[in-house]
Amino acid sequence: MRRTSLLASALALMPLAAVLLTACGGGDDRLTIYAGRSKNLVQPLLEQFSEDTGISIRVLYGDSTDLALGILEEGQNSPADVYYGQDVGALGALKAAGRLSELPSALLAKVDPAFRSPDGLWVGISGRQRVIVYNTDAVDPAELPSSILDYTAPAWEGRFGIVPRSDGFPEFVTALRLLKGEEFARRWLEDLDANDPTAYANNIAAIQAVANGEVDVAFLNHYYLFRFLEERGEDFKARNYYFAAGDVGGLFLVASASILDSARQREDAERFIEYLLSAEAQQYFTDETHEYPLVPGIAADPGLQPLSQIDPPQIDLSDLTDLRGSLDLMRQTGILP
Amino acid sequence: MALALAQARDRLNRAPLILLALAALVTAAVLMPPVYLVWRATESSAIWEHLSDESTLRALGRTLLLTASVTATCIALAVPLAWLTGRTDLPLRRFWTVLLALPLAVPSFVGGFVMVSALGPGGLVQDLLAPLGVDRLPSIFGFWGAWITLSVVSYPYIFLQVRASLSRSDPSLEEAARGLGNGSWRTFWRVNLPQMRPPIAAGALLVALYSISEFGAVSMLRYDTLTPLVYLQYTTSFDRAAAAVLGLPLIALAVLILGLEGMTRGRAHYYGGAQPRPARTMELGSWRWPGFAFCALVALLGVGLPVAVILYWLVSGLSAEGTTSFLAAAAVNSTLAAALAALAAAIACLPVAYLSARHAGRLASFFEKASYAGQSIPAITIALALVFFAATYATPLQRTLGLLVFAYTVRFLPEALGAIRGALLQLNPNTEEAARSLGAGPLKTFARITAPQALPGVFAGMLLVFLTAIKELPITILLSPIGFDTLATEIWSATSEAFFTRAALPSLTLLLISAFAVLIMLRRERLT
Repeated sequence: MRRTSLLASALALMPLAAVLLTACGGGDDRLTIYAGRSKNLVQPLLEQFSEDTGISIRVLYGDSTDLALGILEEGQNSPADVYYGQDVGALGALKAAGRLSELPSALLAKVDPAFRSPDGLWVGISGRQRVIVYNTDAVDPAELPSSILDYTAPAWEGRFGIVPRSDGFPEFVTALRLLKGEEFARRWLEDLDANDPTAYANNIAAIQAVANGEVDVAFLNHYYLFRFLEERGEDFKARNYYFAAGDVGGLFLVASASILDSARQREDAERFIEYLLSAEAQQYFTDETHEYPLVPGIAADPGLQPLSQIDPPQIDLSDLTDLRGSLDLMRQTGILP
Repeated sequence: MALALAQARDRLNRAPLILLALAALVTAAVLMPPVYLVWRATESSAIWEHLSDESTLRALGRTLLLTASVTATCIALAVPLAWLTGRTDLPLRRFWTVLLALPLAVPSFVGGFVMVSALGPGGLVQDLLAPLGVDRLPSIFGFWGAWITLSVVSYPYIFLQVRASLSRSDPSLEEAARGLGNGSWRTFWRVNLPQMRPPIAAGALLVALYSISEFGAVSMLRYDTLTPLVYLQYTTSFDRAAAAVLGLPLIALAVLILGLEGMTRGRAHYYGGAQPRPARTMELGSWRWPGFAFCALVALLGVGLPVAVILYWLVSGLSAEGTTSFLAAAAVNSTLAAALAALAAAIACLPVAYLSARHAGRLASFFEKASYAGQSIPAITIALALVFFAATYATPLQRTLGLLVFAYTVRFLPEALGAIRGALLQLNPNTEEAARSLGAGPLKTFARITAPQALPGVFAGMLLVFLTAIKELPITILLSPIGFDTLATEIWSATSEAFFTRAALPSLTLLLISAFAVLIMLRRERLT
C-alpha cells in the first residue's frame, strides 16, 4: 500500500506543478535589467541604484552573448528593459534586428563621442584596453614588442596565447582590417597562425596559462589581471604590458548600456543609465572593477595607464559591431576552426 | 485458466488509447527543440555550404571519434564498478557507490577547468611531481584531455543504471548456471552480463548523446567537435540560422546512435521468476584489493580532483568576503528545481517507457526514440527554442519556475526513460497478466504490481535527472525566473571573472547535495 500512496502522491504533485507554472509568472512592473556582466562585479552597484532611487529592479545575470540571443528569441515579448553588456558583436546583432531604441541626448552627451553609438543606440559605461599579459619569469618587459603586429616574428613561435572566440579578439581583427586593409589583415593572421599560437576558451584560462608558464604572453583585456592579483596575491606571475600609443593592438573597448525597443519601464531605464554614468557609479568602476571610467572628471585607477595617455587607435566603435567579415577571415586563415 | 490467461495477454498487447495519447503528448513536447532547430536551419541561405565546409566535416570526424572512444571507455569503467559495488564483498561498498555517482554532478565547465588546473602545464599534479624531476607532463589539450574528461564525468550514466538493475535482477538464473557446474567467470559472462545488457545499452546511449552535445569541457580542453562550432556561430556571428544548420548533423548522429542501440537490443527479455530475492554476494578473495584500488582510482579522478581544486580555491584565495551571502537561497533553488525536474521527468516518461516495454511496435518505438532528441542537441539550442516558444505562444509562462522545470524535463527525459524502460523490461509480465486475470483493472495492476517492482529503476532515473539538472547552466540562465539564483549560476558567475574563492563554497554545496541525493536513492533501493 505504501507504494501505491507514493505513486498517488506523485500524481497529486502534477496539479502543484501546474500551479507553479502560473503562480510565479505574470506581469511585473519592476525595471528589468539583463546584465551580461559578472554578478560579482556589478551587483553591489545595481543594488545601490535601487536603494538610492527607490526603483525596484530585477536583474538577470548571464553571458552577454547568451542574453542578447535570448532577447532576439523573445522578440517583442522580452521582459528586458535594459541590456547592459560587454560584447560589441551582441550590440550589432540587437541593432540589426531593430531591437535598440534611441537614448536621450542628455545621457549620450555624458561621454566622449568615441564611446557611444553615433545613432544614439548605446552608450559606453566603462572601458577596457587590449594589452599583452606576460609571464614575469619568462619575459623581460623591456624586450616586449610595443606593437601587436610584431608578435608574428619567429621569436614568438609557440609562445603566444589568444582568445579568438570572444571578448575583443574578433573586434581587434575588425580594427586591423579597417586601419590596415583586408589584405594586410589576412597576411598578418596567416603569419600569426604559422607561429602556432595557443587558442584559449576564455580570458581566465588564458591568463592562468600565462602565469603557469604554458605560454609566455597572451593578448587580452587589461582588467582580468587585477582580479587575479586580488585573488592570488602579488606573487602571481603575470603582469600587463601596454602597447605603444596609437598601436592597433591597444584597441579600447567599452561595456555599454542600451534600452530595448520593447521596454515597458522606459523612464526608469533612463534613470538607471543616468545612474551608471553618475560620478558615484563611475568611481565604483575605478575602485572595484579596475576598468576605465568614461565620464570626464573621474580619475582612473592609478595602477592603470591614464586615459589621457592611452591614445587608442582611431576606430569608431560602432564600426566594430558587425564581426562576420572578421570571423570569416579568421576561419580562412586557420585562427578559428 | 489457460483461456483466461490468453485473453488477459491479448488485452495487454493492445495498447490502450489513453496511453498512446499521453505518449504522443510527451513526444510532442520533447520534439520542440529539434523542430525549432530544423525550422531555424531553413532560414539559412547557405545550408549546403555550411554542411560541406571542410571545418564542419573535420569537426564531425572529431565528434565521431570522441563519442565512440568515450562510450567504450565508460562501459569499460562502469560495468566493473557497478558489479564491485553492487554484488561483491568489496570493503566500503556504499561509500564507493555515493562517491562514484558524483562526477555526474560536476558542471562540465568546472570539470574542464579542473582537468586543466590539475593535469595541465604548471598544474597541481605537475607541482606534486616536480620534486621527482618531472618538469613536463604530456599535453592534455586536444583529443586526450577531452576523452579523459568526458569519460570521467559521464560514466555514472551507465554505472547508476547497471547498479539499479543488479539490485532487482533475479538470482535464480545465476544459481541455475552455477548448479550446472559453471564457474564465477563463466556465469558472469553467460548470465549476468546478458542480464545487464539493457541498462548498459541505455546508459551508453546517454553517454554517446551527451558526448556529441557537450560544450563546456571540450572547449576548455580545446577539442573542436561540432557543438563548439554551433556555439561559435551563436556567440560571435549571432547567426542563429547558421548555428542551427551546424546542429543538423548532431540530429543525424543521434538517429544513427539510436539505430545502433536498437540493433544491440535484440528481442530478448531478461526477467526471471515473479519474486525477486536478494542475490548472493560474490566473494572477491584475492581480487579484493585490486578492486578496491580500481574504485579508488576512478573516484580520485572523478571526485578527488574536483574537490582538491575547489579546496585549493578556498585555501589560496585572498578575497573571501561575500562568499556566503545568498548561498542558502541558491542551494534551495537548485535543489527545488532539480527535484521537480526529476519528478516531472519520471512521470512524463512513464507512458513512453511503458508503451515501449509492454506494447512494442512501430509507434511505441517511434515515441521512445524521438524522446531522446533532447539529449543530442546543444543545451543552448534547447534553451533558445523554449525561450522562443514561450515568448511566442505562452507568454504567461515566460520566466516561471514551471517553464524551467519543463525545459529540464525536455532536456533530461531520456535519462529517466532509459532507466524506467530497463526496469520494466526486467519485470516478468506474467505477474501483471496474473493480476489482470484475477480481475484487477489496468490502473490497479500498474499501481500494485508494476510500479512497486519498477521503483529501483524509477529512482535511478530520477537520480540521473536530479544530478544533471542541478548542474545545468545555459537552460538555467535563459529560462529561470529572473533573480532565481542557483548554485550552478553562482559558480559560473564567479569562475567567469576569476572569483575562485567565491566559487568554492557553492561548488562544494552542489557536491554535498548531490551526495545526499545518491544516499537517499540507496536507502530506497534497500527498502524495495
